[in-house]
Amino acid sequence: MIGQLIVEGLAIGACYGFFAIAFVIIYKTSEVINFAQGEMAMLSTFVAYHILTYYHAPFWLAFIITMVFAVLLGAFIEFAFLRPAKDPTVLGLLVITLGAEMLLMGLAGWKWGAEQKAFDIPMSFQVTHEPLKGMIINDWDIGVFIAAGCIMVLLYLFFRYTKLGVAMKATQQNQNAAKIMGIKVERVFSFAWGLSSLIGAVAAMFFASRATLDPNFMMEPFMRAFAAAVLGGLMSIPGVIIGGELLGLIENFFGYAWPEWKPIVAFIVIVLVLCIRPSGLFAKHYVKKV
Amino acid sequence: MDMKRDYYEDVELFSSGVVLFWSVAFMVFLFTLPIYMPNYYIYLLNIIIVNVILAVGLNILVGYTGQISLGHAGFFAIGAYGTAFLMTYFHIPFVLALPLAAFIAAFFGFILGLPALRLEGPYLAIATLGFGLTIMHVIGRWDIFGGRMGIHAPPLDLGVPEIGISWVLESDISMYYLILIIAVIMVVGARNIMKTRVGRAFVAIRDSDIAAEVMGVNLTIYKTLAFAISAFYAGIAGGLFGFVCGFFDPFTFNFILSIIFLVMVVVGGLGSILGSIMGATLITYLQYDLLKNVSEAPYLGDFLVSISKRWLTVVGLENFGSIALGLIMIGIIVFEPLGMYGIWIRIKKYWMTWPF
Repeated sequence: MIGQLIVEGLAIGACYGFFAIAFVIIYKTSEVINFAQGEMAMLSTFVAYHILTYYHAPFWLAFIITMVFAVLLGAFIEFAFLRPAKDPTVLGLLVITLGAEMLLMGLAGWKWGAEQKAFDIPMSFQVTHEPLKGMIINDWDIGVFIAAGCIMVLLYLFFRYTKLGVAMKATQQNQNAAKIMGIKVERVFSFAWGLSSLIGAVAAMFFASRATLDPNFMMEPFMRAFAAAVLGGLMSIPGVIIGGELLGLIENFFGYAWPEWKPIVAFIVIVLVLCIRPSGLFAKHYVKKV
Repeated sequence: MDMKRDYYEDVELFSSGVVLFWSVAFMVFLFTLPIYMPNYYIYLLNIIIVNVILAVGLNILVGYTGQISLGHAGFFAIGAYGTAFLMTYFHIPFVLALPLAAFIAAFFGFILGLPALRLEGPYLAIATLGFGLTIMHVIGRWDIFGGRMGIHAPPLDLGVPEIGISWVLESDISMYYLILIIAVIMVVGARNIMKTRVGRAFVAIRDSDIAAEVMGVNLTIYKTLAFAISAFYAGIAGGLFGFVCGFFDPFTFNFILSIIFLVMVVVGGLGSILGSIMGATLITYLQYDLLKNVSEAPYLGDFLVSISKRWLTVVGLENFGSIALGLIMIGIIVFEPLGMYGIWIRIKKYWMTWPF
């Protein structure tokens, strides 16, 4: 039983961490907390659903089209909504992303309606394996682990070896210096938003197949992932994955003991952690300049 | 233009005779409003005034003290459920139950203010967000609060039924006067707070908390106080909201409501009480009236229906409200970061320096 709980907790935790990577990429490059992340991913998943249902395309084709759509959507939001704002405050940026969230949610509700739909991915819950006694693992869990692992490795390679990745890291460290070095910082921002939207869309497909698809379905996972990102410190990608795993495990064990309090245990843990370490578990605490 | 010559001029409640005149004129207008308003709009007006109380309180926290709150729906819920609960189960008269519920909300605000001492930006956002969700969930779990089914507000009795004095307000109009009087007290109170030592400490914290601490502002006291005052306003607003609606369930007080409260403050203008009033009025009107019946709006309605038929779904047209609010939020930050108050300042400047 405990093994089972651990596997499930790790799987859902990997999914949270996976989605939280999307936050971190945006937060690191442009210091914006993107509240529209969940809804960007939700809209992308709806596009996949639309292609699958109305054009009966194979899953891989729908997946590729969705990924392209997600990148364009992310870049568009950065370009259209965030770039025109002249030296906005933290609160201003937050309100812009909240506005984008409401906008996207309204669009999805207008196009696809509020009723819940089923969304299937090739990795289903039905196919189960039992590698150890009492520890059942299904295809969905395996899919999440593989996807999260792949994304981690790819991101590592991307930030380490490609020109664009290095440019992104430079922008994160010092925007002005990066500009002097000839990096087009705006373009890097757009790209960061596109990349993060893509990662979010992949995670959202996993979430959608776990629950159902409707315009609100990303609200809960979004908040958990946000909590996981804050727990991990919002700054490092491995830290965020660990934060997600921790959150998934805590939530699963609490959920087993007190099922009715499962939805809020994440937040209680977060507030407690933040009281002790105000910038998350794995972030270096920096002193604010006056 | 608006030169202050000494301290006493700075702390005056009305900065000039003109402001006093227009304030009084506006009050007279508000108190005579039910005479020339159709009855449906009185209900809308009640909700607007409730939201004005809340927005003014939220502005003290967000606009003046510079802290982010995404959990104000939680305080709002505490006010609504607290008032109804105290009146139904403990038979406390309304005049006591409302402030009592608001003080409970203020206490929760104080508690939420404690982690806020060490948090800022996104970290504070997640903590307050978690608070709002927790309150919604806890209320939904407890059967004495009606659980997920929601509860009906008790009759709004201004007297004390136990000793035989009873004065039940039934119509929307009588409720309107009650809410209006409370709102005037709250708004004047907020303006007064911002003119005092406490208000100046809040502004100092917003501008730079470290500098404020160096100047001798006790951050622990003032940050928690800002949360408590803001929560108190939300509690009063929530208590009144319960009576205006008559029936409410935990899902009324969801995350979206917290966002909408924040939108009111930002659209109205941060750090301006007049702005909060304008923002709350505009957003509530849009939300409850214009956008709810958008398909019947002149010109725009037909256009939207035809778009819906062509590419989208007609059933989903009700989501247009969410799209419009989102666009307003983005537009305000991009084009007019000071909000409606900024537009007002610009108009004022234009006329004061006319013809230059």
